Amino acid sequence: MHQLLQQIFSGLAAGAVYASLALALVMIYRATDLVNFAQGEMAMFSTYIAWMLVNAGMPFWAAFSLTLVASFVGGMIIERIVIRPVENAPILAAVVVTIGLLLIFNALAGWLFTYTLQEFPSPFPDRTLFGALMTTRDLGVIGVTLAMLVALFVFFRFTATGLAMRAAAQNPESARLCGIPVGRMLAIGWGLAAAIGAVAGIMVAPVLFLDPNMMGGALLGGITSPIGAVVGGLIVGVTENLVGAYLIASQLKLTVALALIVLVLVFRPNGLFGVAIVRRV
Amino acid sequence: MTMAKSVAIASAEQPAAATRNGAFVAGAWRSTGALVLIAAAVALPFTISNYHVFELTQVMIYAIAVLGLNILTGYNGQISLGHGGFYAAGAYTAAILMHRYGVPYWATLPPAAVICFALGVLFGLPALRFEGPYLALVTLAMAVATPQLLKYFDTWTGGQQGINLIKVQAPAFLGIGRDRWLYLVVLTVLLVAMRVAANMLHGRTGRALVAIRDHPIAAAAMGIDVARYKTLAFGTSSLFTGVAGALSAIVIGFVAPESFTLFLSLSFLVGSAIGGIATIFGAIVGGLFIEFVPNIANDISDAAPWAIYGLTMLLFMYVMPRGVVGSLAGLMRRVQSRRATAGQGLEEQKRRLS
Repeated sequence: MHQLLQQIFSGLAAGAVYASLALALVMIYRATDLVNFAQGEMAMFSTYIAWMLVNAGMPFWAAFSLTLVASFVGGMIIERIVIRPVENAPILAAVVVTIGLLLIFNALAGWLFTYTLQEFPSPFPDRTLFGALMTTRDLGVIGVTLAMLVALFVFFRFTATGLAMRAAAQNPESARLCGIPVGRMLAIGWGLAAAIGAVAGIMVAPVLFLDPNMMGGALLGGITSPIGAVVGGLIVGVTENLVGAYLIASQLKLTVALALIVLVLVFRPNGLFGVAIVRRV
Repeated sequence: MTMAKSVAIASAEQPAAATRNGAFVAGAWRSTGALVLIAAAVALPFTISNYHVFELTQVMIYAIAVLGLNILTGYNGQISLGHGGFYAAGAYTAAILMHRYGVPYWATLPPAAVICFALGVLFGLPALRFEGPYLALVTLAMAVATPQLLKYFDTWTGGQQGINLIKVQAPAFLGIGRDRWLYLVVLTVLLVAMRVAANMLHGRTGRALVAIRDHPIAAAAMGIDVARYKTLAFGTSSLFTGVAGALSAIVIGFVAPESFTLFLSLSFLVGSAIGGIATIFGAIVGGLFIEFVPNIANDISDAAPWAIYGLTMLLFMYVMPRGVVGSLAGLMRRVQSRRATAGQGLEEQKRRLS
């Protein structure tokens, strides 16, 4: 029982990271109708930036904030320069462009920071809590993710920019007629996604070590509603951990996550929390 | 506009003898052109080195796989990021049959085709319920899981080490080397595949697939069985890609899980998009891109070749968002219609309108 709870909590910590990445995907999908396949690599690149800053002697939280700002600006620049030319191109062209981005970021990270594993410091002390049920690290990761969620909710619900972004995503034409700069809103959406990804990357790095390929699996949690993304990410994290611990060899962890997602989607094609979009024809 | 209309009326009034003649001439030209191209493709390996022959064989194998993906993604609009999985299924079918049961290499293609068709249909059934990004994510997960599954079932697949195959030899009476022989074998399969794809896509089935891609509701309203055609597209697509995988196992003589990573699946999609979405010849351009651009990128920059590869992808998509063949075909149509409206090439215009 004790061990089970332990596995669940460490699954939740992993799931919180999946959830953050899934949330970043949802941001971009809702704003531009595009699945950003480079999301994981972008997060990884941001993490390397943070690692570089910390290694240069900067205190952790200063490096953290600076990385978030850099990622935000970087995400906006990517939307303006790389994504915009294919905004009205066939969907497949846009998909290929994000795959191109994935390769570019992966190669650049390998080139600039080498492919060897790097140790990344954790801001949280390594202690166990509640009678060894979970570690402070797990708690820290979950806490940061929750804080980010609340901040995002407040941003979208209570600020003028958040409202404008929702309008631009829901109905670009009408939003433009109301005087909302839709293009800038899309750029901010990409910037936010990049920053969220950076948080996820920095949070996961101390647990798993840093490796250019570590994010590939995180794409799995992506589902179209923000809450769904978070819940989905947590479920995937916990299931993966439990199955890995009790049922079969951990080499099939990802396959199990896949089977789970397919199973859920077969019964709920729009995801657990998604709504079917009614289209006028 | 008025010109086009009057031409249309003219050709409607005259019995269509002239137009039929025109179509016949065009058809004859086309088949002559195809024959010349095929003759050139057969002669080509005897003028270049063995290594280049091997590279071109790879190009054709990729082309078959891309053609398969194009049936699904280009014509039917279902984006798959997991075709490396079907490619692996084909490759392992061939490898296991040859290695365990001593089946001759050429006899492994039909079983690979059947198994991959069945796998494609099985995967296509749940895929019926997914749209756009969901299907992309699910197939992406399939691509990621493929090497893990291959390693897990190691009694059949040889696990991490993979399976080493006996090298295929050319029939002795031909007196040609193994590379040239395999080139010819793969060329034959490619030609058959292109012919089959053309017959399927330029007829009733192809129109149904495109109709479903462009407007599923309207297609269903016109009486097209959407579920049946979508599943059929998945099965056929997987069949082509699986045969390509079997050929790759035969040509390389070795299969291992690490050859079938996510990157392979992404390469197929990239090849299909860059060659030409919903074109048959685009597959060959796609195959050339997958085989050669990484090498060229490596020559340009030792440090970060994949960054150059990615940049090349971006540039291609900016300049030709419909792919090389798709964009060139569009350009040619535009030039032709301009010529026609300028008062020349009435014959052509008539042919197009008939």
